[in-house]
Amino acid sequence: MSSEHTYVKAPGKLITPTTVILALIVATGFSIIGYRLVFGLGVISNLSDGYPWGVWLAYDVAAGSAFACGGYSVAILCYIFNGWKYHPMIRSALVTSFFGYALAGLSVMVDIGRYWNAYGFMMPSRWQTNSVLFEVAVCIMGYTVVLLIEFMPSALETLRELKPNSFIKKLADFTAPKLDKVLMFFVVLGMTLPTMHQSSLGTLFVITGQQLHPLWQTNLLPLLFVSNAILLGFAVTLFESGLSAAGFKRPFEAEAFGVAKVVPIVGFFWLAVRFGDLIYRGHILTAFTPSFHMVIFWIETLLITAPIFIFLGKLNPRKLFYTALLLTLGGGMYRIDVYLVGFNPGDNWYAYFPSIPEALITFGFIALEVLAYIVLARLLRLLPAVHTAHN
Amino acid sequence: MINPSFSGVASRRDFMKSITAVTALLGLPAAMAPKLAQAAQDEDKRPAVIWLHFQECTGCSESLLRSDHPDIPELLFDIINLEYQETLMPGAGLQAEHALHSAIENNRGSYILVVEGAVPLKEGGIYCKIGGVTAKKSLEEAVDGALAVVCLGTCAAYGGIPAADPNPTGAVSAASLVANKPLINLPGCPPNTYNLPATILYFTTFGKLPEMDEQNRPLFAYGRRIHDHCERRSHFDAGRFAKAYGDETHKAGYCLYELGCKGPETFANCSVLRFSDGLVWPISIGHPCVGCTEDKIAFHKKISDKAQVYHPASPSWYPPSAVEPQGKPVGAITTLVVGAAAGAAIGYAAGKGKSLPATTEEGEDHEKH
Repeated sequence: MSSEHTYVKAPGKLITPTTVILALIVATGFSIIGYRLVFGLGVISNLSDGYPWGVWLAYDVAAGSAFACGGYSVAILCYIFNGWKYHPMIRSALVTSFFGYALAGLSVMVDIGRYWNAYGFMMPSRWQTNSVLFEVAVCIMGYTVVLLIEFMPSALETLRELKPNSFIKKLADFTAPKLDKVLMFFVVLGMTLPTMHQSSLGTLFVITGQQLHPLWQTNLLPLLFVSNAILLGFAVTLFESGLSAAGFKRPFEAEAFGVAKVVPIVGFFWLAVRFGDLIYRGHILTAFTPSFHMVIFWIETLLITAPIFIFLGKLNPRKLFYTALLLTLGGGMYRIDVYLVGFNPGDNWYAYFPSIPEALITFGFIALEVLAYIVLARLLRLLPAVHTAHN
Repeated sequence: MINPSFSGVASRRDFMKSITAVTALLGLPAAMAPKLAQAAQDEDKRPAVIWLHFQECTGCSESLLRSDHPDIPELLFDIINLEYQETLMPGAGLQAEHALHSAIENNRGSYILVVEGAVPLKEGGIYCKIGGVTAKKSLEEAVDGALAVVCLGTCAAYGGIPAADPNPTGAVSAASLVANKPLINLPGCPPNTYNLPATILYFTTFGKLPEMDEQNRPLFAYGRRIHDHCERRSHFDAGRFAKAYGDETHKAGYCLYELGCKGPETFANCSVLRFSDGLVWPISIGHPCVGCTEDKIAFHKKISDKAQVYHPASPSWYPPSAVEPQGKPVGAITTLVVGAAAGAAIGYAAGKGKSLPATTEEGEDHEKH
C-alpha cells in the first residue's frame, strides 16, 4: 500500500490569519507560564489547598488526555476490530494524540508547586510505586514517547523526499525500514498504556471518598473513565475530520461515517455502566432530587445520550460534525464534573473557578495543539486521501 | 458544736447509693455491692487510715472534701476509720502528735497509710519538719507499722512540684522511700476523688491490692488513655485544632492538641469520671491536659509542648482548619470573561460546520464506497 494514495498534505499556506491569531494566544499563554514559574502559583491562580487541582488538571489532563485518545480509539478500531479499513484516519488522530498528551504533561509541570523537584521523577530511588498518580505519570510520559514513535513514519516519509544527497534524507532512509519492523510493538504498547492510565485518572477520584458527590463517586470510576476515553477518542476524531474538511476546504472523509457507527456501541456500554452503577449504589433517586448537581448531571447525560442516538440514524457531514461536537462537550463535561464540579473538599474552602491567567494558560495549550495540527498537516502527509463518489 | 453536715448520720439509702457507685467504679458486678457495704459497715473491718502531709499544697485533701459519692461524712464515718489527718482534725500541737503516735501503736500492722506530698532530703531533710521531726523520719516511722501505703497525688507518687527543677530542697517522692510494704500510687494533681475510696474499699473487701501497672497505679483508674476517651477526640480525628486561647477555634471547642494537650500520652480516668461530681474537668473548660498522672510529663514538660501521639497514629498533616472559607472566591467578571472566551472558541468551531454539506446522499455514497 503506497502511502501517497492513502495520505495527502493539507492545502494552504502556513501563515494565515488563523495561524497568526493562534500563535498570539500561544505566546500569551506561555508568557503567563513564565510569570507563574517565577512568582508562584498563588499569584496567578485561584488554586488553594482545598482545590489543589484546577482547570489545568481537570481540563488539560483529565479531559485533554481523553480528547487526545483519538489515536487510542482509532488504533483499537483499526488494528483489533476492523482489519485496516480505517487506517487512513490514524495519522491525524496520532498527531492530535501526541500534542494532547505532551501538553497534558506540560500542564502538570505548570501545576506542580515545586517544579524544580520534578527531576526526582526520573530517579527510580524516589519512586513511590504504590501511588496512583505515579502510575498515571509514568503511563502518560511513556505514551507520549510511544505516540511520537508511532507518528515517526509520516515524518520520515516526508524527510525521504528531500534532496537525494542530504544527510537527513540518508538518515531517514536508514531509519525508516528498521522502524517499520519494530513499529507493531509500539502500536501494541500504544493500546496498552492508555487503558492503564485512563482508568487510573478515574481511580484518582475514587480515593477522594466522600469529597466527591455521590452522583459521580463510585468504585467503577476507572471503568467509566477508560470507556469514556474511547468514546471521546471517536468523538474528537469525527469532530476533527469535520473541522479539517471545513478548515482546509477539503471534501469530507468517507471513513468518518463508518467510525460514527461504532460510537453507539461504546456509548451504550458507557450509559449502561453509568446508570447500572447509580441503581446498584441506590443513588438513582439522587439524580431526580432537585439540586445544582442534579442539573449538571442531566446536562452531562443529555450531551452524551443525544449524540449516541443521533449516530444511530442517517447522517450527513454537517450533522455528523455537530453531533460529534455535542458528544465531545458531554464526554469532556463528565470528566470536569468528576474533577471539579462534583468535588467538594469541605466548607472551609471557596468554590473554585479558574482565574483569567489560569484560563489563558489553558487557552494557550489548546491553541498550540490546533496550531501544531494545522502546521503539520500542511507540512506532512497526515490527512486521508479523500475518496469521492466519482473516483 | 458539731457541724450538722458532719453529723455522721447517713441514710441507708444514701449509703447504698455511694457503695453502688464505688462498686461500679471498680468494675465489679452489681452483686458485689452488698459485700462492699458489709466491708464498709463492719466496725472491726472498717480500715484504719493514717494520713500524713509533707511538701504539698493540700489540694488532694481539698478535692476529696468536695467529693459527693461518697461525700466526706460518709467516707469518714461509714467507709474508713480516719485516725489521723492534719487538715481535718481539730487538735493541734503536742496533742496532735500524741494522737499520731497512739494511732500508729494502736493499729500497728493493720492501718493504711495515706501520704500526701514529697519528702525533702537535702541538708538532712530540714526543709519539712513536724513536731521537730523531719518528714523523712516521720514517714519511715509511719511506714514501718502500716499494712499498705497509698501515695496520694503527684508529689507523693513522683515528687511533683517540690521535686521540679531546680528542686531547692532535694525533694523526692514519698513512694521512693517506701520499702518492703505494698505500695499504691494514686498520682494526679489532684487525683480523681473517687480513686482513693475505691482503692481502700477494694483492699479491705478483697484483702489484696487491685491490679496495677508498672508504676503501681491501679488499672481501674489509670488504665485508660485520656485521648482515647476524650470528648474532643472527634475534632482531633477531623483535624480541627484550637490555635490560640480565646480565638474562634478555641471557642468552637476544637481539639487542644496543638495547645500542648498531653492527653495522647497520659493515662487517667479524668475523661471518663471528671471532677466536681462529674461536671467538669480541665479539657471540658478549654485547658489542655498537663499530664499530671505521668511521672515525666507534668512539671517536667512545658504545658505548650506538643504531646507524642502514640498508636493509633493520626495523619501527620491536616488541611488547615478555618472557620472562614479559605482560598479565593469566584469572581463574576472572571467567570464572564473565561466563559465568554471558551464559548467563543466552541462557537467558532461550530461555525465551521456550516461549510460542510448537509445532504444525506453524499454521506450514503461514502458509506457505500
